[in-house]
Amino acid sequence: MPRLTIWMVRTALIHLAIGFTLGALLLAQRGMALSTMIPRLRPAHVELLLLGWTVQLAMGVAFWILPRFRSGAERGDERPAWLAYGLLNAGVVSVALGGAGFAWAGLQFWGRCAEAVAAGAFAVHAWPRVKPFG
Amino acid sequence: MPPLTRWFVKAALVYFIGALLLGILLQAEPVRALPALQVAWPTYVHILVVGWLTQLIFGVAFWLFPRYSAERPRGSERLGWATFALINVGLVLRVVAEPLAGLGYRVGVMLVASAVAQFLAGMAFVANTWPRLRER
Repeated sequence: MPRLTIWMVRTALIHLAIGFTLGALLLAQRGMALSTMIPRLRPAHVELLLLGWTVQLAMGVAFWILPRFRSGAERGDERPAWLAYGLLNAGVVSVALGGAGFAWAGLQFWGRCAEAVAAGAFAVHAWPRVKPFG
Repeated sequence: MPPLTRWFVKAALVYFIGALLLGILLQAEPVRALPALQVAWPTYVHILVVGWLTQLIFGVAFWLFPRYSAERPRGSERLGWATFALINVGLVLRVVAEPLAGLGYRVGVMLVASAVAQFLAGMAFVANTWPRLRER
């Protein structure tokens, strides 16, 4: 398993753990009143589990298993994929904090921008690897 | 494919079908006007995302991620089975309790139990998967 995949999947697991924790709090809140703050966590719950966990896991596994090159670096230029990793996580954290009201609300917009650039950077890396094996 | 993965994937397929059938009911006239279905949107989303998608990922990850060791290739089988049991108990409790709560029934204990079970399932999966992520 390549280093970037390990970083992406481990970070995805962290988002999963936090996202499940927030989800449990949101559900438990409906059974017993814990805090009026908890409903504000819903956008962060969705962001962490959808982009932080699911999307990042898919990117990490794709980086691992997409066809490799016979000559040169076996996975091609890894720099755009590392950039995607950094931007995706900066975006997820920004959107989650902004959505929960723990930071400047405009942070959500810039978080979304970071996520979009991450998608582009990952596509730049992965595009040439979408080919027959060998 | 290990037995636990088969259980995860088959359970996921059941939730997949169940979620999409519920999706039809949520759009179908006149049943969509039923009180129990008017509060079923969160249940539908969680059957699809937790029951199908997350459970499929858990099962395939348990199967295909790098081996932990020659003796315990998939880490703790016990923790894996605990994940399977907890996520399904938690989700079924939610599927039963959430519409009832929306209709005004007092099912707070069931909702809290569902929350705790799903939380523990997530933590168990993370604990069992983390040590398997390493360079060969």
